[in-house]
Amino acid sequence: MESIIQGRVFKFGDNINSDVIIPGRYLIYIDKERLGQHAFEMLGEGFGAKLRSFDILVAGRNFGCGSAREQAATAIQGLGVKAVVACSFARTFYRNAINDGLPIVECPALYPVVAEGDVIQIDLAAGKIHHAGREHTFPKMPDSVRQILELGGLAEYLKAQLADEAHRAREG
Amino acid sequence: MTIAEKILSAKSGRSAVTPGEIVEAYPDLVMSHTATWRSASVMQRVGATRLYDPDRLAIVLDHISPAKTEKYAADQQASRNFARQYGVGKFYDVDAGIAHLVLMEAGHVAPGDLIVGTDSHCTIYGSLGALGTGIGYTEVTSVWITGRLWMKVPESVRITLDGRFSTGVYSKDLMLYLIGTLGADGCSYKSVEFYGNAIPALSVSERMTMANLAMEMGVKCAFVPPDLKTAEYLQARLTDARPYQPVYADTDAVYLEQVDVNLAQLEPMVACPHEVENTKPIGEVAGTHIDQAFLGSCANAKYEDLVVAAGILKGRRVHPGVRLIVTPGSKKIMLEAMNSGVLQTLLEAGGMVTNPGCGACAGDGGMLADGEVCLSTANRNFLGRMGSGKSSIYLSSPATLAASAIEGAIADPRGFF
Ligand code: SF4
Repeated sequence: MESIIQGRVFKFGDNINSDVIIPGRYLIYIDKERLGQHAFEMLGEGFGAKLRSFDILVAGRNFGCGSAREQAATAIQGLGVKAVVACSFARTFYRNAINDGLPIVECPALYPVVAEGDVIQIDLAAGKIHHAGREHTFPKMPDSVRQILELGGLAEYLKAQLADEAHRAREG
Repeated sequence: MTIAEKILSAKSGRSAVTPGEIVEAYPDLVMSHTATWRSASVMQRVGATRLYDPDRLAIVLDHISPAKTEKYAADQQASRNFARQYGVGKFYDVDAGIAHLVLMEAGHVAPGDLIVGTDSHCTIYGSLGALGTGIGYTEVTSVWITGRLWMKVPESVRITLDGRFSTGVYSKDLMLYLIGTLGADGCSYKSVEFYGNAIPALSVSERMTMANLAMEMGVKCAFVPPDLKTAEYLQARLTDARPYQPVYADTDAVYLEQVDVNLAQLEPMVACPHEVENTKPIGEVAGTHIDQAFLGSCANAKYEDLVVAAGILKGRRVHPGVRLIVTPGSKKIMLEAMNSGVLQTLLEAGGMVTNPGCGACAGDGGMLADGEVCLSTANRNFLGRMGSGKSSIYLSSPATLAASAIEGAIADPRGFF
């Protein structure tokens, strides 16, 4: 995962729930591509396809509320979206995004000033968003959490840890 | 310390914790439902071959059960094989019912426990004084292997309930009222504790509905502190003779907020499409035409809920324009309802009864066509959750549901007692 993410913004409102992000009937899949094909389809035909021309989702309060389905984060990545910036996230989505390697940022200050199509730049390491000549700051993640994100998600992190343990056992 | 602070400190081997702190906690139980095969596939992907402790796993195949496509059948087979291979004793197959209810009935949930699982409504375990919260399937794998996960200690909110419900009003109405008042993120990331002189009179079933619906205001967990009713419920079920220690908040515990509700002032409430926080008192929605009535889900398909609905439907008929689908929460509930004649009443009134499980709540049978309206006793009414993106879901108590099934439109249950 890169520390600097730049791209065009699509803007959502409040309380975008995980049933809308990916309907329950597609939870039989776990791969990005297939989930991406059905992401946000409840919002109308072609809505997901339209989102593919944007890079970053910006949303209001409580993004990802509802079901604990991890595939909500996977489906968003399947659309080619590189990050989500919201005023706030529901806690299960927040965890799932990190565990799935999807960068997420809580930055309420950006929301009122950003418009669809604007280009923003997120600096994860510095905790800053650049937009239209202005800088917005956001609290940085705890190191342990950022490490998971940097490795591309919890599965990769686990794999690395297990390999490390095995290595130490051999050396031991 | 609050209840959440005490449980999290105990499970992370600390003497004290404060809100905002991140701890490494060791859950007593890790629940996985239909998502089990996904967690098992992650286990393979990361190359792990050992569980931290197979006794801490519980697996219940509840959503979409029995399998409705070959893909579901293969996924369930993978889950079954996993349970067998790793010696998971707390394994419940497609006949058992909804994971949350099955685990509590089987005595796997005790006060003071820390329980995580692949379902947001794990908050329901707080009805017995356990800290339950939802996580994703990859994180479940991680807990399977390492036994622990990072958790942020939440701030706590105190909700004090006084008075008594008037006839026809239930804890579902209370929760819809609270969600409507506080908002879908009104308690985001918070732990909620329920107190007040109304609590002793509330049945364990009513408390389950409370802790379950609390999720819809964004909570991390919710608690009804254990009392005599809790002890009674557990005594009949804790078969493994596991000693447990109820956890109570200290008198000097710090709360972020205090909310007071007088139950006597509440009336039946309905959540309107497409968000649970979009609640209205029954008077404002009465008369809304419905095509389907779904009496099911972990929120309101417990035995007591079926009894309430049957009480209203006895000797009456479901409106010819309405399909009443009854999905008992578990096999045990179904058996009880069969033996007591409740199922017969529901069938005779014109309802249909499906096998226990999540059923229509998880989109398994009972799907809605374009333009159709469903009144449901479940906990979510999100756009398209039960089928077409052009259908609508309203949420209510089992009593309001039964009254509405008879009228063919959303109806005030208070006229039926
Ligand atoms: S009954 Fe509905 S809300 Fe409860 S676990 Fe099943 S799908 Fe989820």
